[in-house]
Amino acid sequence: MTQQEPTSISAQPASATPPTRTPLLLLIGNPNTGKTTLFNRLTGQNARIGNYPGITVERRAGDLTLRADGPPERVEVVDVPGAYSLSARSAEEQIALSAVLGWAENPRPDLCIVVVDAGQLARNLYLVLQLLELDVKVVVALNMIDEVRDNPPNPAELSRFLGVPCVATDARHGTGMVELERAIRATLAGPARSPLSISYPEALERDLERVSAALPSDWNQSPPRARALSLWALTSIEADDELLGIDPALRARCLSVRERAEARDIDQEVIATRYARIDAELPKLYPRLEAHPKKRRTSERVDRVLLHPVFGFAIFIGLMLLMFQSLFSWSDPAIRLIESLTGLSANFVEAHLPESIVRDLVTRGVIGGVGNVVVFLPQILLLFFCIGILEDSGYMARVAFLMDRIMKALGLHGRAFVPMLSGFACAVPAILATRTMERQRDRLLTMLVVPLMTCSARLPVYTLIIGALFPPSRVFGWLPVQGLLMVAMYLFSTFITLISAGVLGRTAVKGRRIPLILELPPYRLPSLIGTLSMMWRRARSFLREAGSGILVFTILLWALLSFPRPAHVAQPPPPAAAIHQQAHSAPSPLAHDAQPPSHEPSPIEQSYGGRLGKAIEPVLRPLGFDWKIGVGLIGAFAAREVFVSTLGLVYGIGDADENTTPLRDKIRQERRADGAAAYSPLMGLSLMVFFALSCQCMSTLMVVYRETRSARWPLFMFGYMTTLAYVASLLVYQGGRMLGF
Amino acid sequence: MNLAQTRIGQVVTVAHVAGDSSFRRRLMELGLVPGTRVEVIGVAPLGDPLELLVRGSNLSIRHVEAQGIAVSLGEASSAERAKGTAAQRESNESLAPRGLARSAP
Repeated sequence: MTQQEPTSISAQPASATPPTRTPLLLLIGNPNTGKTTLFNRLTGQNARIGNYPGITVERRAGDLTLRADGPPERVEVVDVPGAYSLSARSAEEQIALSAVLGWAENPRPDLCIVVVDAGQLARNLYLVLQLLELDVKVVVALNMIDEVRDNPPNPAELSRFLGVPCVATDARHGTGMVELERAIRATLAGPARSPLSISYPEALERDLERVSAALPSDWNQSPPRARALSLWALTSIEADDELLGIDPALRARCLSVRERAEARDIDQEVIATRYARIDAELPKLYPRLEAHPKKRRTSERVDRVLLHPVFGFAIFIGLMLLMFQSLFSWSDPAIRLIESLTGLSANFVEAHLPESIVRDLVTRGVIGGVGNVVVFLPQILLLFFCIGILEDSGYMARVAFLMDRIMKALGLHGRAFVPMLSGFACAVPAILATRTMERQRDRLLTMLVVPLMTCSARLPVYTLIIGALFPPSRVFGWLPVQGLLMVAMYLFSTFITLISAGVLGRTAVKGRRIPLILELPPYRLPSLIGTLSMMWRRARSFLREAGSGILVFTILLWALLSFPRPAHVAQPPPPAAAIHQQAHSAPSPLAHDAQPPSHEPSPIEQSYGGRLGKAIEPVLRPLGFDWKIGVGLIGAFAAREVFVSTLGLVYGIGDADENTTPLRDKIRQERRADGAAAYSPLMGLSLMVFFALSCQCMSTLMVVYRETRSARWPLFMFGYMTTLAYVASLLVYQGGRMLGF
Repeated sequence: MNLAQTRIGQVVTVAHVAGDSSFRRRLMELGLVPGTRVEVIGVAPLGDPLELLVRGSNLSIRHVEAQGIAVSLGEASSAERAKGTAAQRESNESLAPRGLARSAP
C-alpha cells in the first residue's frame, strides 16, 4: 500500500507555493554522506515510513519545526534514497528525479537540501550540479565537517561558485543545525535562484535543442529546466532502459539523436564537462588539494588487517559467528519469556471464562496468534542491531568486498551474505534484512532463496524424526548417526539454497546484469541512537505490516483444525496456538493421561484439517507419508515446529514436543494394515527432505507479501519450494525403495 | 594498458572508459572520466574485486570491468588535463557537422 501524501496538483513553479501548504523539504545526497543521520537529527527520529508511488522503495518522511529567525514553522522532510546521480536506467533510479520534480504522484518539494561529504567535494558536487541545472531551490549541507578539520573546505567560496547557501554541518554531533535552519528558512522565503549554467560542447548543445523540441509540455516549464531535462533524457533513455512514464516521442527522439551522434560519445561529453567544471573550482574550495586524504589513509591501514587474506577472514568469520550466535542463542531467553507470557495469558483467560468456543478462539486463536507475531521480535531486533552497527561502521561494505567473488558465482550481491546467514536462524528477520540491498532484483532473489536455509524452527521436527526413527548407533564405532544426519541436513539445505540462487537468478528474476560498483566508506564509529531508532522502526513496521496477516492466518488454521467439533468430548488444545520455538521443557506428565482410547478417532481427525489430511493422502503416499503426517504438514503452516504438536494431537497426546517419549513410541509402533511398520527410516529421511525444502511457514509468505507488495512472489515462492520439496522427497523415497531400504 | 594490469600502489590516469553503456555511464558519473587520477589500493583476498581511490573515495570494481578502463601510468598534470578536455571538445566539434548534415525529420 502506498502512503497517502498530499499531492500538489498545481502547475505553478516551485517558487510560487501557496502559503497554506506545509513546505516540503527533500534530503538528497550520495550514499555514505550522513544523510540519514541528518534526517534523524532534523526530524527527531519520528519518521513515517511509506513507499514511493508505484514502486516498493521505502519513503521516509518526518516533521521539522524551524525555530531560528522567526515564528516556529512546521515543514515536512523526506529522505530520498542515496544516489550518485539523477540520471537513471531503471524505475528505482528514477525515484530521485521524480521526487525532486514532484512527478509520478510525488508531492512537489519546495526545497532540496543536498547533503555532501565535506571531504569529498570532488565527487559529491556532481549531483549538486545536476540539481542546480534543474532550476530547483537548493541548500547545500557540507556534512561531516568534523572529519576534515585539517583541510576544511570554505563554505563561502562554495556558495559563491554554486550560487546557493552552503552550510558546514556535523549531523552526528548536531553542529551547524541552527545555521542550516536559517538557510532553509531564507531560501524557502526567497525567490528562485538563477541557475548555474554549464556550457557543453557545441555539438551537444545542438543535440539538446533537438531533444528539447520533443519534450512533453509538463517537462518544459522554464528554459533552464527544459535544457536540464533534455540532458537527463539524453543520458538516461536507452532502447532497453526500464524507465517509467517516458513519452514515446521523446524516447524516439533521444534514440535518434544518440544514433546520429555516431563516433561522438554523448555520455562522456556530458559527464566530463560537468567534472571539468568541478575540477576547475576545487583549488579554490580547499586550503590544499589532497589526492589521498588522511581519513582515507587511516581507513586503508585498518583495512590492511581487516581485509588481510588470513587475519581478515578470521575476523570476518569471528564477527559473523558472533552475530549468528546472538540470533540463534541469545534471543532464546526473550523468546521463552514471550512464550510463557502467552501461556500465562491463555491460562488466565481459561480460568476466567466458561468453557466455550469463544474461549477457545481467544486462547488458541487470538492469544496464540499474537504470540506467533511477537515471538519474532527478539530476532528482528537483534539482527537489525547487528546490521546497524555493521552498516554504520563501514564494515558491511567490506563484507560485500570480501564475499563478492563467492556471491558473484551465485548471481547474488555481496550484501546478500548477511541476510543469507541470518536465514539459518529464521527467514522472517532475514527477509526484512534484504532492505540493505539497493536493487530490487537482488532483494527479490535473496528473499526467494533465504527460506531454504535450515532455520531454527526445523530443528524440533528433525529432532523428533531422527529420535524416533533412527537408532542411536555409531558409524565406524565413533560417529553418531543421529548427529551426522543433523549435519547432513544443514549441508543439504545450504547446497540447495546456493543452487537455487544460481538457477532462479538466471530464470525467474533475470534482470539487467549490473556490474559491481561498491564504495568502501571510511571506518566510522557507529551511532548507537541511530541504530536503536532503526531497530525500533523495523520492529514497528513488522508488527504493523505483517502482524495482522499472521494473526488472521493463525486463527484460520485454528478453525481448520478445530471444526467441526465432536459433540461429546472436551477439546484437547488445537495446535495452531503453539508458537514459534517452543520451550524445550520436559514433557508434562499429563501428556500420558490425555491419550484417549485408541479406537476412538481424535477430535483433530474429524476436523476439516483432518479430513483434508486424509483427502491429500493419495498425493503424499508416493513420498511415504500417510494422512497423519498430512495433518501435521497442514498444522505446520503456523510455524514448522507446530508439526510436532499437531502430530501429537493426531495421536491424542496433548502438549507434545520433540522429546516426548510417548510420541516417539507412537511413531515407532505405528502399523500399516498389513502389520508392517508404517514409518521407516527411509520415510523419515523423505519427511526431513520435505521439511528442508517446502515453504511450511505462513509468516515467511506474509513477510514476502509485505516486502514485495504483491501476491505474485509469495505464491511463486510457495509453488517452487513445494514442487522442489515434493520432487526431492519422491526421489529419496522411491529411490531408496528401489535400492532395497 | 588497462586498469586490470596495474599493480597495487600504482597511480594511473584514466584515458578511456569502455564497457556496457549503463555501466560506463555509472563509472564516469562516479568520477572516472578521462584525465582523472586513480590510485590502486588493493585487491580482495579472493583475488577479485579491486579497490581504487578515485576523487577521494574508495571504490571497488571487478577485474573483468577494470579491463575496459584504459589508463596511462603516472598522474596527469593539471595543464595536461585541461588540454585533454580541450582536445576532446575540438574532436567533438569536428564531428558535429557530419552529425548535423545527416539530420532529417
